[in-house]
Amino acid sequence: MENNQNVLEVRNLKINFNTYAGTVKAIRDVSFDLRKGETLAIVGESGSGKTVTTRSIMGLNSPNAVIAGGSIMFKNQDLLKKSRKQMDAIRGNNIAEIFQDPMTSLDPTMKIGKQIAEPLIIHKGMKREKAYAQALEMMKLVGIENAEQRINNYPHQFSGGMRQRIVIAIALVNYPEILIADEPTTALDVTIQAQILDLMKELQTKTNTSIIFITHDLGVVAGMADRVAVMYAGKIVEYGTVDEIFYNPKHPYTWGLLNSMPTMDTSGTELPSIPGTPPDLLDPPKGDAFAARNKYALEIDTKQQPPFFKVSDTHYAATWLLDPRAPKMTPPEQIIERQKHYAKLTHEAIDEHKDKHVEEQEEQL
Amino acid sequence: MIDYSDENKVLQVEHLKQYFNMGKPNEVRAVDDISFDVYRGETFGLVGESGSGKTTVGRAIIHLYEPTSGKIIFDGDDVSKLKTKQQKQHFRREMQMIFQDPYASLNPRMKVKDIVAEGIDINHLAKDDADRTNQVEELLETVGLNKDHSSRYPHEFSGGQRQRIGIARALAVQPQFIIADEPISALDVSIQAQVVNLLKKLQRDRNLTYLFIAHDLSMVKYISDRIGVMHYGRMLEIASSDEIYAHPLHDYTASLLSAVPVPDPEYERARVQIPYDASQEFDGKSRQLVEITPHHWVRASEDEIPMYQKRAQEKSRLKQ
Repeated sequence: MENNQNVLEVRNLKINFNTYAGTVKAIRDVSFDLRKGETLAIVGESGSGKTVTTRSIMGLNSPNAVIAGGSIMFKNQDLLKKSRKQMDAIRGNNIAEIFQDPMTSLDPTMKIGKQIAEPLIIHKGMKREKAYAQALEMMKLVGIENAEQRINNYPHQFSGGMRQRIVIAIALVNYPEILIADEPTTALDVTIQAQILDLMKELQTKTNTSIIFITHDLGVVAGMADRVAVMYAGKIVEYGTVDEIFYNPKHPYTWGLLNSMPTMDTSGTELPSIPGTPPDLLDPPKGDAFAARNKYALEIDTKQQPPFFKVSDTHYAATWLLDPRAPKMTPPEQIIERQKHYAKLTHEAIDEHKDKHVEEQEEQL
Repeated sequence: MIDYSDENKVLQVEHLKQYFNMGKPNEVRAVDDISFDVYRGETFGLVGESGSGKTTVGRAIIHLYEPTSGKIIFDGDDVSKLKTKQQKQHFRREMQMIFQDPYASLNPRMKVKDIVAEGIDINHLAKDDADRTNQVEELLETVGLNKDHSSRYPHEFSGGQRQRIGIARALAVQPQFIIADEPISALDVSIQAQVVNLLKKLQRDRNLTYLFIAHDLSMVKYISDRIGVMHYGRMLEIASSDEIYAHPLHDYTASLLSAVPVPDPEYERARVQIPYDASQEFDGKSRQLVEITPHHWVRASEDEIPMYQKRAQEKSRLKQ
């Protein structure tokens, strides 16, 4: 499959922050791939390192960040070894980002037409007229009405949802290979959020851009992602396709996350919650960082970090529960429900596959 | 079960209007003729998009604003007609508020024990210093903090812990009514569930009444007994939370619910968002909340009532 081509390979990334209190180990050995045209969602709590990961890809980490190891390969080049100038040429051209807050990510003193045309003028060396014409096209593409008049408006003349459309237009105007969306809809109302997400999906099919989508909202992940990586305390603890993560999760942290979000059908007196708080990354725990909050923790969890265990070709989870020597654990009830659903889904898929196979054979006959 | 009889009403909001910049060109009708009741022991959820006026309603109820017109009756007394100092102090003891941002709502220069005890001091609820310390430590334990935390400052706590301090402060004066304005939206998912569980437990133990203001619809559904949906400063629909999610009657409610992302990839792949045309609210007809089916109110004009009744019948038939 040509779609499986990797556009970005992150390997063993380690990022530390030097602070007055000591060295914060924000990213502790993170590896993942991003494939052409896919959406990879990174989920996790604040402080789990999802934003630092993407900032490292963009070369936007603050000055006290230290790269302690690893590589980020993009087009056979390591982005971590690029100079600031070289990164300037990539950022906004090959890799672009949509930020969380549409109120602060636009320049309030610059007309939006200029803000959208700027990446074209800088990166493509385009003449002003041509760049503005293309900016106008982009505005129409992201659904801004009366684009001809509004191109001369300032950001404050737009609503939050419209501003986020402008931010998307700026990010996509150069048709980047990679788009990083860091909580792009968190500041928006649900109805506007739905519109923006639909727009992103629509534009992705048109431009075949790969998206890294960062969010803590699992509902949004379910709708947007092809694959999901779950982060906790500076590490990826589980990754797989969206169906594998939502219907067949293996890591207790993923269980906890899925359960603590009420769905429309959740009732009962108590919501399953994850007790405690994430660990302090100034001094990360020796074993599995989640062990202290995990009621399924084994003795080994406090001593040794679990490696990734393979669940399927696309699905891996770092928990000792998957070790063949581990005792059998029954996941929470809601997770079992999800797994039953998964079994049904995969059966359907197999049946479908069989049907197709039979049809093909019949055709050949 | 909550007693929905007239005697059990603890809060009555009658035709509340809250306008800002009255008479000026930039007049804002933040709340425009809203009426609803809250019963003792229940959680009333107020949902709506930003700018719908839900926060303004909460602030008007706790009398941070003087209403433009209309009445807010709490425990039998009109909130804006409280005259004596005692009456006002009593009202402020009975009604407390939990705020959205746990970072902005605690004074960074005060120790936790002084933050929590401020209400105790003002209302002279402690006999002596030892009693005060006792009460504070008890409150901290009630909300799941350690009594050793009492001599620390807010910056030493995480967001979830700070929100617990805010809850302890609200509980310190033994209120019966708490307005919680987006109390969990600044917290992480795993911490949100902890705080919601705490709020529910406190409600059971102390028979509290909550006005829960939020935009996260799935959390509101979970915590609320009844829900009011606001849009453009108006209340469009009120019903029990199960009813409003299962059979939304107003187009806006249906549209809002259809936009909620659900952590289920299959559901998401099949999701169709229902668009909403707000112009139907501005056709000049006079509208009021009408009880379409028992305890299910929808803002409708006279000629729309049969349409909503038919809709309600169809929806309940679909269920069977």
